[in-house]
Amino acid sequence: MTTTIVKKKLAPRDNGAPDFKKMLHPLMAKNYGKWKYHEKVKPGIIKRVAESGDELYVIRAGSPRTMSVDTIRKICDIADKHCQGHLKFTSRCNIEFFVTKEKDIKPLIKDITTILGFPIGGTGHSVSNILHTQGWLHCNLPGTDAAGAVKALMDELYKEFINERMPQRVKISTSCCSINCGGQADIAINLQHHHPPKINHSNMQICELPKVTAICPVAAIRPINVEGKSSLEVVEEKCMYCGACHGQCPSMEIRDPKTDTLSIWVGGKSANTRGGPSFMKLATFGLPNNPPRWPEVSEAVGKILNAYKKGAKEYERIGEWIERIGWKKFFEVTGFEFTKYHIDTFRFARTTFNTSAQVRL
Amino acid sequence: MAKEKESKTPMLDELETGPWPSFVKDLKQLAKRKPELEQALGQLEDSYQTNTNHWLGTVLNLDGYGGGVIARYSDVQDKFPLAAQFHTIRIIEPSGWLYNTAALRQLCDISEKHSAGILQFHGMTGDILMLGSNNEKTYTAGEELMENGWDIGGSGPALRTLACCVGPAYCEMSCFDTLGLTKFITDTYISELHRPELPYKYKFKISGCANDCANSIQRSDMPIMGTWRDKIQVNQKEVAKFIKENGENYVVDNVITRCPTKCIKLEKKKIKIDDSNCVKCMHCINVMHKALAPGKDKGVTILLGGKRTLKIGDTMSSVLVPFMKMETREDWDKLIQLVRRIWDFWGEHGLDHERVGEFIDRVGLGTFLDGIGVEPDPQMVKHPRSNPYIKFEEYTQPRIAGEPKESPNVVDKEVEGKEAAV
Repeated sequence: MTTTIVKKKLAPRDNGAPDFKKMLHPLMAKNYGKWKYHEKVKPGIIKRVAESGDELYVIRAGSPRTMSVDTIRKICDIADKHCQGHLKFTSRCNIEFFVTKEKDIKPLIKDITTILGFPIGGTGHSVSNILHTQGWLHCNLPGTDAAGAVKALMDELYKEFINERMPQRVKISTSCCSINCGGQADIAINLQHHHPPKINHSNMQICELPKVTAICPVAAIRPINVEGKSSLEVVEEKCMYCGACHGQCPSMEIRDPKTDTLSIWVGGKSANTRGGPSFMKLATFGLPNNPPRWPEVSEAVGKILNAYKKGAKEYERIGEWIERIGWKKFFEVTGFEFTKYHIDTFRFARTTFNTSAQVRL
Repeated sequence: MAKEKESKTPMLDELETGPWPSFVKDLKQLAKRKPELEQALGQLEDSYQTNTNHWLGTVLNLDGYGGGVIARYSDVQDKFPLAAQFHTIRIIEPSGWLYNTAALRQLCDISEKHSAGILQFHGMTGDILMLGSNNEKTYTAGEELMENGWDIGGSGPALRTLACCVGPAYCEMSCFDTLGLTKFITDTYISELHRPELPYKYKFKISGCANDCANSIQRSDMPIMGTWRDKIQVNQKEVAKFIKENGENYVVDNVITRCPTKCIKLEKKKIKIDDSNCVKCMHCINVMHKALAPGKDKGVTILLGGKRTLKIGDTMSSVLVPFMKMETREDWDKLIQLVRRIWDFWGEHGLDHERVGEFIDRVGLGTFLDGIGVEPDPQMVKHPRSNPYIKFEEYTQPRIAGEPKESPNVVDKEVEGKEAAV
């Protein structure tokens, strides 16, 4: 790698994190740690009141996450014009703009919606922006796209983003392989592989074979010799198609454009509120990986949201609602079929069985 | 180039319609002056047509750094030569993803000059992502970023870029300075972030309260969440107002009966809380946020071991330190020392590619606590073990070579030799 490069003087290293104090809106700097309460004004708008009596209106807009420099500059223009040059992104890739007077909200929203075309919402009991990763735009492992799948689904859920008419907040994520970078969510759409990796023996030597062997969670990979070259083989009965080896070595191709499908998971929650955080569980599977709009996914997500909206009590997240009504009823009201594949076979499977005589009849 | 009537990206074009903002429309506009982006979109269209990905991963590092660049090259570069190398640079974001427009405009200028002009706010770890630099421009982008005070994010088996909630910047629920602590840990351990030396990745996510807006508990190895150890602050006047507005039944149905430990009750239109049994879940405060507020003696709960699916399935973090003050520089230093002890023990005994949660699963939490010098605490478990397979160090004599086998529960097996003779 080291060719004869004339070394220029390098920029300073290890600068660390940018100074967030320079990023704070003047009212945030003034009232830092001295906020008293907040109030919902309407969907997408929250009023923050400080002990000093200062008021900060936070206006939340949905963003596509992947943006051109042109769009970011337009966002900056709006923040310069209305927000004293400050803004914030949220953990769900929304953008928050700040104004200090109620009368300034309307002109700000007008600029956000006309110049950017971004919707206002994503607060409180709404369906917020969908978390996603890189997909076909930039990842080396995906079996499906991320940004496109999110765009298609958010088009369908647009009304739920700009309104707060769900029983509780709904967070959705998507993931393009079984690593599931999108994270736990109330509803998650994840890609599922259905075959062991296809091994490219002639290109295997580019990888560190012991590392590939060691990464397999079920010890299904072992060394072999193919035509005088070191390579690996997979014990197909053991392999559970997780794709861990593929991340380690591109010659262990786990994806198959003809057979990969999508499955939908429900009931994940990070907040420690009430029953605490929870992992999501399999709701339905075998949906086709169908770009550019994945209509089957939208339909399935719609079924879940409709049933949740109808059946849940206020403040119940999707997982809490299902826990209360039971999985039997969940499958009834959504129309999804419960199959043997819904029953866990991995570590701790028994802890997921109903080990009581408590059944809903 | 002759103007073609037929679109080169018919499938992507379908994502230009609909009410949600379209990244396709935005990027196509930019592609008019960024030919490498036009080709990357061409490649993306191919992926849509064939359900096949075309990026391969490789390694590319800036001078002095062991990570932070996610290098990609195209496996169809004969068709899209300008997008042959299309790397992402991870950039450490300001705490809480708060920006001034001068900073954002600077990122835009650097991105325009050295990359395809695509920025993502933000990656799942928390970084700002700058997409579409070739090998040479990755170096020039990196230098210009660092020249202007930015720094490169983490990747590989290293400390990863931190992320936190908005905290005290505008949230009344935040129990400590999430923004300040995030910057402090980042700066203190900046070398560990840039130069991978751990068994595998290590993520911090920092939330001001148990609402966990940073999604820390299942997305980070070490979640730090705000809490308090005195009483929830109750403003009975506001309670009365809330009851007047919403009715008593609403309070019973949506606050009282939702308490996970049933420690809150309504008595003569007043809220009474058994704070000794409160687990700081935040629900009642969320619903009645004018009437109720976190206590005054604030601190953090530190958890450990969360991760996403890869290999063994998801793991949820679990309690390591039930309560710790997090106000002064000394408190912050104590946290730094705890992290160092964890990295030393896990670093020495962890396997390659083994997250700290997986490591704890393998060696046992008890052994791990011994290793890092933390006392066991009942708050670390849901309940004590229910199986008897315990290795009591106090009762079990070590059986090293030459020592008589005197363990009381083993029947004398001297017959072994006789059996062999028979």
